[in-house]
Amino acid sequence: MSMATLMHYAPQVINLLAALLLLLAFAMLAQRRIQLLINLFAAQGLVLAASAALVGLVSGQHHLFVSAGITLVLKVVVLPLILHWLIRRLNVKWDVETLFNIPTTMLIGIVLVILAFNVAQPISLLAGTVARSTLGIALAAILLAFLMMITRSKAVPQVIGFLAMENGLFFAATSATYGIPMVVEFGVALDVLVGALILGIFIFQIRERFDSLDTRHLEKLKEQ
Amino acid sequence: MLASPLHDVLACALGWLAIGLVGVFQPRNFWLVTRVLFPLGAIIGLAIAATALAAIFSPPSSLVLPLGLPDLPFHARVDALSCFFLLLLGSVSAGVSVFAAGYFRRGEGTPPGLQCLYYHVFLSSMALVLVADDAYFFMVVWETMALSSFFLVTSDHGSAEIRRAGFLYLLIAHLGAIAILLCFGALQSGTGNYTFETMRAVQPTPLWATAAFLLALVGFGAKAGIVPLHVWLPEAHPAAPSPVSALMSAVMLKTAIYGLLRVTFDLIGWPLWWWGVVALVIGLVSALFGIVFAAVQTDMKRLLAYSSIENIGLVMAGFGLTILFKAFSMGALAALALTATLYHCLNHAFFKSLLFLATGSVLHATRERSLGKLGGLIHRMPWVAWTALVGTIAIAGLPPLNGFVSEWLLLQAFLFTPGLPHSYLNMLVPVAAAMIALTAALSGYVMVKFYGVVFLGQPREAKLAEAHDAGIRERIGLLWLAAGCVVLGLAPVAAIGLIDPIARAFTGHGLALGGAAGWLMLAPISAERAAYSPLAVLLMIALLVTIAWLSVRLFYHGRMRRTAAWGCGFPHLDARMQDTAEGFGQPVSVVFEPFFRVDQAVPSPFDAKPRYRQSLDDRLWHWLYLPVVRAVDKATALVTVLQRGRISVYLMYSFATLLVLLLFVR
Repeated sequence: MSMATLMHYAPQVINLLAALLLLLAFAMLAQRRIQLLINLFAAQGLVLAASAALVGLVSGQHHLFVSAGITLVLKVVVLPLILHWLIRRLNVKWDVETLFNIPTTMLIGIVLVILAFNVAQPISLLAGTVARSTLGIALAAILLAFLMMITRSKAVPQVIGFLAMENGLFFAATSATYGIPMVVEFGVALDVLVGALILGIFIFQIRERFDSLDTRHLEKLKEQ
Repeated sequence: MLASPLHDVLACALGWLAIGLVGVFQPRNFWLVTRVLFPLGAIIGLAIAATALAAIFSPPSSLVLPLGLPDLPFHARVDALSCFFLLLLGSVSAGVSVFAAGYFRRGEGTPPGLQCLYYHVFLSSMALVLVADDAYFFMVVWETMALSSFFLVTSDHGSAEIRRAGFLYLLIAHLGAIAILLCFGALQSGTGNYTFETMRAVQPTPLWATAAFLLALVGFGAKAGIVPLHVWLPEAHPAAPSPVSALMSAVMLKTAIYGLLRVTFDLIGWPLWWWGVVALVIGLVSALFGIVFAAVQTDMKRLLAYSSIENIGLVMAGFGLTILFKAFSMGALAALALTATLYHCLNHAFFKSLLFLATGSVLHATRERSLGKLGGLIHRMPWVAWTALVGTIAIAGLPPLNGFVSEWLLLQAFLFTPGLPHSYLNMLVPVAAAMIALTAALSGYVMVKFYGVVFLGQPREAKLAEAHDAGIRERIGLLWLAAGCVVLGLAPVAAIGLIDPIARAFTGHGLALGGAAGWLMLAPISAERAAYSPLAVLLMIALLVTIAWLSVRLFYHGRMRRTAAWGCGFPHLDARMQDTAEGFGQPVSVVFEPFFRVDQAVPSPFDAKPRYRQSLDDRLWHWLYLPVVRAVDKATALVTVLQRGRISVYLMYSFATLLVLLLFVR
């Protein structure tokens, strides 16, 4: 395949990957099983790495390959492994309880996506990149992950929601501005790793204290 | 001796800091701290006093220090006013430090090395407050002073009561600091230059000058303990170790007076006459309030703390009178009032620190602070008792000691007020003079109570028999301060000579002390009008005592018989028959009943085991402070509605904020 054909198909492929990302975000919102949730998160990381590599190839911004590599290692391999190990250690295989029922959550999610596209439109007109049309999707992915954090009451899905938000941010960065500077990139990657570790420790503490991972128990800590 | 007095003072302040730092590195080395560091601190105190004494007549000198932020260096300056207060700080702290060297004991609260750090940082910051010459430096050292004294107050932080006292102190100190900061903001008159030199040079509009004066009154008044900002004082003074109470009461309160004088007469320059009325009224109310509360106290350190409020009130009254005279361009009288004010500051520093140290010795010897459990200590602790007697006579305002001189000068200043060109003032001022006289009389009453209950009569507890006298270092400290009281009482002309340069700088006049017998006779305005010679009084007292002693020898042939005090021939006298502290205060608490919030439980006549309970509370606390506390509580209750304790709700808050922002940006 020549470079010209690649250049021709690249924007379509990136759009396809963006659509996949959004689809995975909705899947995570709907998913009840924690193990599958982690797998979906890993898949989202894979899509992210692929899109970053492709944008790097098309735009000639070769540092994006490094970003893609970090994403691949961290979000497809390391973090899912840590999370799987965590749920094995904690012995939480049960279904996730949600605060709202799933259909309602999905409806709210659709409203959020519409909102995100509306908000992103003027910005993506300004951004002169190959992947500018995907900015709305990135914003939607962030909001959906946030929504997931709100609607889940167990600690582990909340952590996954937090990590998925970072996925959305990363996608926004690559699609709108060809990625963030390398130093910031490393910093963010490290932050995510450290954040996951700290949250893991918190999860252990929560279980020790309340014999459960339901963060609704933290309500007792409120000042009377 | 370095290049200039200012250098010497700064070197001494650094010396104090260095002593404190040595203490930090040897926190448990008891021998080093008490035998080397505190005595060294006392020597530095003497050095500061000597420097200030030598420099008080020399012209002001100033310096830009190589410290502070870039483009915002610290400025320092000494003039006569700084020198006077440095003299006060140095001479009093020398005595207190020697005493403290013998006072701190092993295994009490904070380790001795840390205590040494806070103590010397406190001293050093007070010295720097007195030489600071820009608002920035002033605020830095002022806050250092507040913080170090906070740690000293809470050095026994195991007790919840002491922690509460410390918190209250810190809170009011910070309120005051905010007011002082705003005061400097008002004084710079839009120049953006916060050095005192600029503030001296620019003339603020009357409106801004008034704002600055009122803010200074609130800010420095909070530190000085004027009513109604006094609530921290009776809590913090008893909580602190005695040498610290002595320093706080004797020196720290005076730095507030220094600040007021500096702002009013130096930085603003020309006060408006009604400021004087405000200060006068606040001063008189504080004086009366303080002494009435002192009369009903049953804790000896609280009693002294309330008496500090009274003395600060007298000082404030003198300050207000100075403003009045100066605003009406009556220079000689302004000089008289200012002299009385400053003299009383110096006197109060000596006798109050002496009394606080004496209570410290009593506390150590008996482990009791409550007056109801003391008594008869003059036999067990003669050194402490006799030095405390000097302080008691001085504070009660009896000749020939120092308290009399300054109160007499203050009354003299009041007696000249009919010359004021304002008819309402002329009618009100006699009332004020009467209040001063009432306060002076009540303070005599309070001091009889203090001394009589603690040192005279019979011991009220069996354990008092084991009380031991103060150690050698404590005795030196007590003797030094008692000697100060005597010298200031007997040589008022020399002391007034020290105040003269300040009076000349601020009012343009000095006291006419000349004349043939100038050094012997103190005649503030003219010898025909009023004059006082302490030596003559002393000679008279000595003569009368000798005559009485000789006549007893002559008529009763020198027979001596020792018997229980106040026995009056009754053979079965015991300690419970004596007047108690409560009993002594009772007439005052009845006469001045509106001052108190009385809470008492009187037993029924048929009660087999009757118990009488009475507590007298400060009304201002209930009227002024508790409503504020309740309002704050209510406001925070409104905010706590947000706190639901659920992570998803908290996330919802940020989610909603994010959405609103996104829509808003669009």
